[in-house]
Amino acid sequence: MSIIYFLIGCSILLAVLFLCAFFWAQRHGQHDDLYTPSVRILLDDEPREEPKSD
Amino acid sequence: MAIHTIDATTCYHCGNDCTDVHYELDEKSFCCNGCKSVYKILSSTGLCSYYAYNDHPGATRARVEKRFEYLDEPSIIKELVDYKDEQMTIVTLYIPYIHCSSCIWLLEQLNRINPAIYYSRVDFLKKQINIRFKTQEISLREVVELIFDIGYEPLISLQDVIKKQNKGTSDNLIRKIAVAGFCFGNVMLLSFPEYLGLSVNEQNFRHFFGWLNILFAVPVVFYSGWGYFSSVRVNLRNKVLNIDFPLALGIAVLFIRTVAEILTHTGAGFTDTLCGLVFFLLVGKYVQQKTYYHISFERDYRSFFPVAVQVMEEGMEKPVPLSNIVIGQRIRIRHGEIIPADAILLKGDARIDFSFVTGESAPVNKILGEVIYAGGRQLGEALELEVIKPVSQSYLTQLWNNEAFTRKQDNRMQTFNQKVSKYFTVILLCIAFGSFIYWVPANVQRAFSAFTAVLIVACPCALALSTPFTMSAALSIFDRNLFYLKNTDVVEQLARIDTLVLDKTGTITIGGEQSVTMHADLNNREKQYIYSVCSNSGHPLSRQICAYLGHYESLSSVAYHEATGQGITAQINNHLIRIGSMAFVLGSGNIIELATEVHVMIDGIYAGYFAFKQEQRTGLNEVADLCDADYRLYLLSGDNDHDRRALLPYFMDHHMHFSKSPQQKLDFIKSLQQSHQKVLMMGDGLNDSGALKQSDLGVAITDNVNNFSPGSDAILDGRSLRKLPQFLRFSKDTVQIIHASFLISLVYNLFGLSYAVTGKLSPLIAAILMPLSTATIISFTSIATHLAARFRKLL
Repeated sequence: MSIIYFLIGCSILLAVLFLCAFFWAQRHGQHDDLYTPSVRILLDDEPREEPKSD
Repeated sequence: MAIHTIDATTCYHCGNDCTDVHYELDEKSFCCNGCKSVYKILSSTGLCSYYAYNDHPGATRARVEKRFEYLDEPSIIKELVDYKDEQMTIVTLYIPYIHCSSCIWLLEQLNRINPAIYYSRVDFLKKQINIRFKTQEISLREVVELIFDIGYEPLISLQDVIKKQNKGTSDNLIRKIAVAGFCFGNVMLLSFPEYLGLSVNEQNFRHFFGWLNILFAVPVVFYSGWGYFSSVRVNLRNKVLNIDFPLALGIAVLFIRTVAEILTHTGAGFTDTLCGLVFFLLVGKYVQQKTYYHISFERDYRSFFPVAVQVMEEGMEKPVPLSNIVIGQRIRIRHGEIIPADAILLKGDARIDFSFVTGESAPVNKILGEVIYAGGRQLGEALELEVIKPVSQSYLTQLWNNEAFTRKQDNRMQTFNQKVSKYFTVILLCIAFGSFIYWVPANVQRAFSAFTAVLIVACPCALALSTPFTMSAALSIFDRNLFYLKNTDVVEQLARIDTLVLDKTGTITIGGEQSVTMHADLNNREKQYIYSVCSNSGHPLSRQICAYLGHYESLSSVAYHEATGQGITAQINNHLIRIGSMAFVLGSGNIIELATEVHVMIDGIYAGYFAFKQEQRTGLNEVADLCDADYRLYLLSGDNDHDRRALLPYFMDHHMHFSKSPQQKLDFIKSLQQSHQKVLMMGDGLNDSGALKQSDLGVAITDNVNNFSPGSDAILDGRSLRKLPQFLRFSKDTVQIIHASFLISLVYNLFGLSYAVTGKLSPLIAAILMPLSTATIISFTSIATHLAARFRKLL
């Protein structure tokens, strides 16, 4: 059952990595604006044709 | 897919009705030249997709004149930009009009209009745009003018609180929550084997898990939970016992006992209770912080005044920052601008709207040589003035030297939490020491374990969470009803209010707009006479009569005589016309006019009168009904009392106070407070600032939350005035919910204590009790708040 020592070590290491990733994102301002990107993704890159009036 | 039809009568750009003249381009109609020019710029740069994302995304543009000369001044540029060097400049601008996806799209395409702007990013909720541009190729003024040209006028003020809102504290809290949550999760996993039972030959694991648990507890206590210890230190120095004390005590005891148990192999410790406690407490703290991105509660006169003013020097106009204005300088104030300092009128036709400053509803005419106080907005043509007092010492800004503005806000009401936690701490310590003393003679070890168990179990986690969760739920319900509270404490203050004081102009009446009604039977010829007479006068009421009557040809009059503030006599086509107050027209001087009326007499025959009534906000009826309940209602106005009669249905006669200066308003609030009334002041203008600050709860009312509103505890959108009674009742409900959840948490505490005093608290019970009570409290408060809001029809 000594394998448990190794497994727990791995799981904690993994969790620490995620925590660090969160801190990194936080420091680089990825959580500053949580709304605008959700709108921005719906805007097309290339300007569309003027829609025809009907 | 939206159908994009071009309606011939609505403007393609802003969606307003095209009323008089049609402006057309590319078979599209526009309501004004401004809208057309925006379309022209966008179509010439191929940015017409702007109109594809939303119908009529633009703002109407009545004013096309640019007034950004001051952005060439290096001293002003320095204040505004975030960063500047030879290569690039970074600036963040606040644009109130940002409202849809088209706005985001267009403002992020600035590069296609001018390549010198190479980065622009919109923050939709904060209504800000972050722009980077090449310093060499384009100036800040050109950038701002470009944004203005495409229909987005930035709001530039040197005291831009919104920009400086520090997000440092919130960031820090999130990091602490992340650490606590991370440790909580891991510890819980590692504690399970212990709870489920380990066999004798697995004892090695027990020590291993124990050590790991201590390792995880250390950052939770010394990083995430450290705020509680430092807060207790500060509070004890100030001789205050608040809720942080039992919390810090609980955390400390949990940690020490856990470490002791694990080191001595006497038990498993309470690591997961400890981590969970800190985690939930911090989450509660986070929930309590409500951030409004687009609202500022801390504004003063500096954000009301312009950034710079045009100074005349040797015949040249030059923009000068407001703080550099000195006595004797000649300034030029254009149409729609605000007079920033007390000054003497030298040139021009001054028609000044003081409604924001003094509460007077009608614009005031000033004659050459008269002193004009700061804060008025010029409605007529450009003026020239000579400054007689620097901005900081003018009549208006002196109010900010009052002690109400310098005093710290510590005499506000105590919250329920503060009141209760004092007794709670004392009782908790009594029980803990009581059980310790009880067990000492029998078993010292058991005495210690009972003592610590009491402190652990009774740790007022649920109590500490009930207020933040209830209040944040309440806050978002208020938010949804367009009532924005500064923080969660304001809800409790709202619940204790028993007196409402309302300002008149702009608060219960809609600023500026007066409706005119004619109580006279006049034929066209007579109307023309009246029009001709009134068109000669600069008096605001005369102008309104002219506007009401519409277009007539003005006839020349003889023997024209205007008695200032009383009326006019004139002769037209041998008809004698008398227009003015009742006393002036009818000659009987005793009649006191209660409403604004202008009477007309033609050839000695009384013809009737024009009545002027301030447009009232809807909802005054509902607010007035409150005084039948437990609330006292006062009116406090800077205006004269011509509306007294019109307001009698709403206010008791002796509760209406008119012609009050800003200082008198403040003193009135103070006198109410001295007779132990809890006062809510509601106002809109700078003249209410002192009263708003002095009152127990200052509410600024506004038609547009992005516009200037004086510093206050809460901002109410004018449309929601009618809901004020519901707001007050709902705030009382929330306080009751807090009381109830306090009782619930007491039940849990008593249950836990019954175990704790015997000294036989197992880690498992603590680990179940703590999250269970937290979950109960959170779900109870959110459900109860929701139901209460529904009951008060706020949802």
